Amino acid sequence: MRRYLGDAAVLAHKDLRLELRARDTLPAMLLFVLSILAVFHFALPSGSSRLAELGLLWVAIIFTALLGLGRAFVAEREQGLLDALVLAPCDRSAIWLAKGIATLAFLAVAEVVALPAFALFFRPVGWATIAGVLLADLGICAVGTLLSAMAAAGRARELLLPLLFLPLALPIVIGGVGASVAHNPGKYLAFLALYDAIFALLAWASFEYVVTE
Amino acid sequence: MIKAERLEKRYGFKRVLDGLSFDLERGGFLVVTGPNGAGKTTLLRMCAGLAIPTGGTLEVEPDRSQIGFLGHEPLVYRELTALENLDLYGRLYRVPERRERIGMLLERFGLWEARRERASALSRGQLQRLALCRTVLHKPELLILDEPFSGLDDEGAALLDRELAGMRGQRTLLVATHDPERVAPFASGRLALA
Repeated sequence: MRRYLGDAAVLAHKDLRLELRARDTLPAMLLFVLSILAVFHFALPSGSSRLAELGLLWVAIIFTALLGLGRAFVAEREQGLLDALVLAPCDRSAIWLAKGIATLAFLAVAEVVALPAFALFFRPVGWATIAGVLLADLGICAVGTLLSAMAAAGRARELLLPLLFLPLALPIVIGGVGASVAHNPGKYLAFLALYDAIFALLAWASFEYVVTE
Repeated sequence: MIKAERLEKRYGFKRVLDGLSFDLERGGFLVVTGPNGAGKTTLLRMCAGLAIPTGGTLEVEPDRSQIGFLGHEPLVYRELTALENLDLYGRLYRVPERRERIGMLLERFGLWEARRERASALSRGQLQRLALCRTVLHKPELLILDEPFSGLDDEGAALLDRELAGMRGQRTLLVATHDPERVAPFASGRLALA
């Protein structure tokens, strides 16, 4: 277990270092989430319901995550580096875990900017929304990293990722919006936690088959 | 070390390898030749565990930690320096005395001066040398090399000749090349794919 986590840490550190050097994912995510919130601010009629506003926050989060996930395997895809990672004597699911951690870090930074921006444009968010976002991030990264690897291996990768990811992100939106607006958000947060557990397990177990020809 | 019987690989309806059988003993040096599209790269990828046969049996004795693979791509991160790339692989392969080993390889392959250069700034020949460093970094028992002389200048090719001569009998090598005469002095067998 220690060795497994050590391998994941080495790979995640590499991904964070690559992003620090290239700076081509995080700035795009930040710009996108701010832009989309500004667009929603002007597109939504004044006096719209809290449900509508929070719903748009979740749309912004999902599409920002999609942007980051689309770039998760860019270096590996363009330079054939997935072979090198698959050849390494670490458990192949450690690659999934490391990519998931790196994507989670980028998404978390984007949300640190997005949530205050949402408060500025619409209304402050409560603890239940923040808890929902944290739980949703885990599910988004667990599922999204697997799908991103699948898309990277395919030909129509730009099409494939959103087509696979958005239907699977539907429960996250339902749980997230529910947690944000319900008087008793506990059951929605539990739903998100259950989603995380199930899909993280499925993604962890199936990643090896995705990256092998 | 490698035993293949009636090995077959298809991609959809396209049959790339059909009924291939061969044996590679420990310490052997098998040269794989054949025209473009004959399945050399596919065979090497299967032996490295990067592709799964669709028919027949393939037994590769050492596990992944004891295989060194050199493919068409150098398999290094362009945004990382030569040193950082080797350090990454050294950590993943748990190379003992990693820093010393990396320093020694960089010296041996003429990359010491370029060690802090990003891989994106290296020439094609330097990238191939770096890829060779990566391949032998963990002292693998089995080396699988696909066109190892590709991109190397005369000095680099002579260096690789010396490396291959030094490995003869000590490591098991499976080498695909369009220039079998170049490696003929080291080879113990030849597998010609049609």
